[in-house]
Amino acid sequence: MDFLSPSTWEEALAAKSAHPDAVPIMGGTDVMVELNFGRRRPPALLDLTRIPQLRDHGPDDGYLRLGAGVPYTTIIERLRDRSPALAQAARAVASPQIRNRGSVGGNLGGASPAGDAHPPLLAVDALVELASVRGVRRVAAREFYHGPRRTARRDDELISAVLLPEPAGPQSFSKIGTRNAMVIAVASFSLALDAQARTVGTGIGSAGPTPLRAIEAEKFLASEFDWDGAASPSPATVTRFGELVASAARPIDDVRGSAHYRRHALSVMARRAVSWAVTDYRKEIARCA
Amino acid sequence: MESDIILRVNGREWPLRVDTRTTLLDALRERLGVTSPKKGCDHGQCGACTVLLDGRRINGCLVLAVACDGSEVVTAEGLGTDGELHPVQQAFVDHDGFQCGYCTPGQVCSAVGMLEEVAAGWPSAAGRPVADTPVLDDAEIRERMSGNLCRCGAYANIVTAVRAAKEVSR
Repeated sequence: MDFLSPSTWEEALAAKSAHPDAVPIMGGTDVMVELNFGRRRPPALLDLTRIPQLRDHGPDDGYLRLGAGVPYTTIIERLRDRSPALAQAARAVASPQIRNRGSVGGNLGGASPAGDAHPPLLAVDALVELASVRGVRRVAAREFYHGPRRTARRDDELISAVLLPEPAGPQSFSKIGTRNAMVIAVASFSLALDAQARTVGTGIGSAGPTPLRAIEAEKFLASEFDWDGAASPSPATVTRFGELVASAARPIDDVRGSAHYRRHALSVMARRAVSWAVTDYRKEIARCA
Repeated sequence: MESDIILRVNGREWPLRVDTRTTLLDALRERLGVTSPKKGCDHGQCGACTVLLDGRRINGCLVLAVACDGSEVVTAEGLGTDGELHPVQQAFVDHDGFQCGYCTPGQVCSAVGMLEEVAAGWPSAAGRPVADTPVLDDAEIRERMSGNLCRCGAYANIVTAVRAAKEVSR
């Protein structure tokens, strides 16, 4: 197995272009599991740990630009106000040791439908930045996931960053698992409200071949939500939202849970997310008044 | 493919030629004879291989040795000074924070890394609102040590030991 260890981003892009079958590795928390168990024997690894800008984060034309290799720990510690749903998801990732290494870029590269970062990226309408020697392009997270572990990334491209819009309303993430730590989600859900555009974003994890949106549920809640006063929605509205989220999922039965349970869990998480959103929205109104 | 690297382990430099597939854990145990990090699960679930890499706790099984070229690695062997145990190690002895001891070196390294994270004000991942100043009560200790499993079930005394070590370090 070749080991490519570029020290600049330009070298990394050239290496990926010359070795499109090289597997990029950053924190290693996903790739190493497959290597240690012999599930995957890539012809080459492309080590990105020496490329400093992958660990950078900062404002970028109205977005928060998050380098693909920023560890979850940093997102929790420094970016919780700028990316609330993603920071909540970051807190739910694996264990402290893994959060010190793992990154959103790795989650996107692996593209497991159970990855914790995906639902928030869908809900907030984040962009994924892909780079190659041919140039740089940005793909909406909502267009990024094509199939189980298949994405819009081309073989010669590396994931350089994600771009998160400025939060414009309440955001949340929740996840079902057997314990708090070291759990692959049975199902997960993220909700983000945009008070300016008066739109709702959702993301469903671990309940389909890819991370999914619940588009009908988004439209329904956007039309029912009291954007001016944040009056509590009726129980029927909240229940209906939960049903629409559950019906958008395409889960299977597996070792972590049954399809039926996943749908049920999603409807419960969706209902709770609405009540949290109403509470947060009211606080925001009171603060601005 | 092989690579020449330099690992700095517990204050000593080791020039090493490693197969690029070698994990840091295997390099420590099988090449350098540093056997306190244990191979429990080999995929980051158990935390028995926890070491400090440039001061941060990580799973040794999930890092390639080549990626650690030039980095500073501290294992349980390297925590103490001049024949004295590190306060966290002493606390595990004083409070009987183990039974068989297999997970202990990882627990101890994890606790040392964790106490530094708390001192640096890192918020917890416990299911409570993120506080600006983390309070290290027992629930917090359990949450922050959740990446380390103990199959003997010595958790009660591990929590006591970590709490005691925190008192000493204050």
